[in-house]
Amino acid sequence: MLRILLIAALSVGIAGTAYWGYREHQQKNAILIHAENNYQRAFHDLTYQIDLLHDQIGTTLAMNSRQSLSPALVEVWRLASEAHATVGQLPLSLLPFNKTEEFLSNIGSFSYRAAIRDLDKQPLNAEEYKALQQLYKKSADIQQELRNVQHLVLENNLRWMDVELALATNNRPNDNTIIDGFKTVEKNVQSYNETDFGPSFTSVEKREKGFEHISGKKITEAEAKQIAKTFLGLKGNEKIEVVHSGEGASDAFYSITIKNPKTKSETYMDVTEKGGYPIWVIENRPVNKQNISLNEATMRGLQFLKQHKFNNFELYESTQYDHVAVLTFVTSQNGVRIYPESIKMKIALDDGNIIGFSARDYLSSKRDRTIPKPAISIEQARKKMSPNVTIMEERKAIIMNNMNEEVLCYEFLGTLGDDTYRIFINAQNGIEEKVEKLQNPEPIYGEI
Amino acid sequence: MRKWFICLFLIFSVSYTSQAHAFSQQVIQRGAVGDDVIELQARLQYLGFYRGKIDGVFGWQTYWALRNFQSRFKLPVDGLAGPKTKQRLVRASKYYKSFVHENLRKGNTFTHYGGVPLSKQVKVRQTRTSNRTATQKAANTQPKKRTNPQQTASRNARTAAVNVPNGFSQNDLQLMANAVHGEARGEPYIGQVAVAAVILNRIKSPSFPNTVAGVIFEPGAFTAVADGQIWLTPNETSRKAVLDALNGWDPSGGALYYFNPNTATNGWIWSRPQIKRIGRHIFCK
Repeated sequence: MLRILLIAALSVGIAGTAYWGYREHQQKNAILIHAENNYQRAFHDLTYQIDLLHDQIGTTLAMNSRQSLSPALVEVWRLASEAHATVGQLPLSLLPFNKTEEFLSNIGSFSYRAAIRDLDKQPLNAEEYKALQQLYKKSADIQQELRNVQHLVLENNLRWMDVELALATNNRPNDNTIIDGFKTVEKNVQSYNETDFGPSFTSVEKREKGFEHISGKKITEAEAKQIAKTFLGLKGNEKIEVVHSGEGASDAFYSITIKNPKTKSETYMDVTEKGGYPIWVIENRPVNKQNISLNEATMRGLQFLKQHKFNNFELYESTQYDHVAVLTFVTSQNGVRIYPESIKMKIALDDGNIIGFSARDYLSSKRDRTIPKPAISIEQARKKMSPNVTIMEERKAIIMNNMNEEVLCYEFLGTLGDDTYRIFINAQNGIEEKVEKLQNPEPIYGEI
Repeated sequence: MRKWFICLFLIFSVSYTSQAHAFSQQVIQRGAVGDDVIELQARLQYLGFYRGKIDGVFGWQTYWALRNFQSRFKLPVDGLAGPKTKQRLVRASKYYKSFVHENLRKGNTFTHYGGVPLSKQVKVRQTRTSNRTATQKAANTQPKKRTNPQQTASRNARTAAVNVPNGFSQNDLQLMANAVHGEARGEPYIGQVAVAAVILNRIKSPSFPNTVAGVIFEPGAFTAVADGQIWLTPNETSRKAVLDALNGWDPSGGALYYFNPNTATNGWIWSRPQIKRIGRHIFCK
């Protein structure tokens, strides 16, 4: 009797487990298929978008009038950015696929810049036409390659989940059709030369800022240690470690770690090898109360800058986070603010000590400048502004514009409704270089 | 009717007394947070200069209101609430501190204009959990300890808004904190800032998507996303690290990738030019 009962109970258990397992399996499959479908959609979307992109570039080549060329270039820009976004959805981030993405992004910026400029006054020149033709040819290659992959995917029922698996395990990286196909695309783009875009086009890649303008001799590890000591005002009982940067760094630097055995605080710092300039400093310690005001912190920040021979700085932004002040200072030359030359500082509001410093922007744009004379007066510039904006503050400033050039501007701070805007009018030609809406404090959501 | 009104007025004058002495010694400047800012906004609103929400964060709207006040009262217009400005402000206006603080604590929508009875300036916030009126509720329950993960215990709990780095929201910050916590919670502080900086460098780079979510959720980009560790509740350190990165600190030296040399399975990653090593991660271009 007992045996029969036991068998019955066990069989019910087994049947239950089997059913449960089956359900689990089905659910897993459903999710797998769902994920797979997402990848498939992104992939087929991509090939379709590249098709359209190729055709659209071809169309622009045949056009001559500004009326039709500008919208066509805008269309190229839209398609390129769409394709770029689609690539981001494919599980390719561990595959060397950057060149293709960069290529798409470059087509985007090239067509955008050509589209927004007045083509009546400044039509596409011969070099730019050549660049367009090159783009046309290159996009044809990519199109062919992708179509080939697409065909194989469809014919052999290839699955993207397998690609992901292959990439993750790195087992058989060479016999996966999809990976191979994309590698060919990448190789194809690599052979394409950057400079073909013409002289007026600075590619996004070159925009990356290095510390080209700093001078001085190369320093040693010991000197770097000494610089850290004087810059941070160390007493001498701290443990200091210095490491040189790897070969991938665009400008060589020393990384310094300072451990204070007494306070248990850790300070990190990078110093350029050339000239020994501090790039940034962060001290990690808790700040739990406020004893000094944001205003006093600003004064201390300015004093610190002066002490360390950073001259002509003035406060640009101050913000309080919990009990820490984050301050941005910019240089000012003859009453003209030079926004690219900025230094950021973090000051603890408990004892007013500096717990953060970043001079990356300052080091990469610092140089001797002669500020040009403005060609238009501030009254003329004021007339260029939208009449809906109430002007509250105005001054002269040098900024980086969208083309990545330094330009002298009139800066206006104005209000429209409840919002504040910062508007830059070029002081040479009156172009509205930049309009930014300044951030308001964000309400805390879901309180109580 | 009139008697009733007087009675009501009496009640309010008893419960919300205006304070003559207020403001701490500090000079209040744009970007500041806290009680002094609440008082500044309330007093400026009392005089009709400030029309925004009283939230305890000195933003642009408060700044212009203060400057307008200074120019109307013939003070030097500098947008700083120094001793003179504060003195004139206190003399010219009233501040019903307990009224303002109570409503801030309860999250009510309210204003603080002069010449209007305070009772008419509150819109009580309805909570989803109960239909009791907030006045009753406040009498019965102590304000509960806030469990909002975005808030630190140390932050002044009464402000209704926070400063956020330009171009980002609290939710972006939270999402990045999640990613950093999932990816690098065992790392030294600076390593966490560097991971957050890599996310930001990718947003700026043409080779990657250009949104926070796009970069974080790019398939295969972060292991913490793939194995679900991103949904662990981040701690205060990772939030702090993200804030540092958002404010412009980049300890990675402009890196776009990082990997753990002990667990990296992908051979390609070793071919990237390496910038530096922080903790267990190697950062590369």
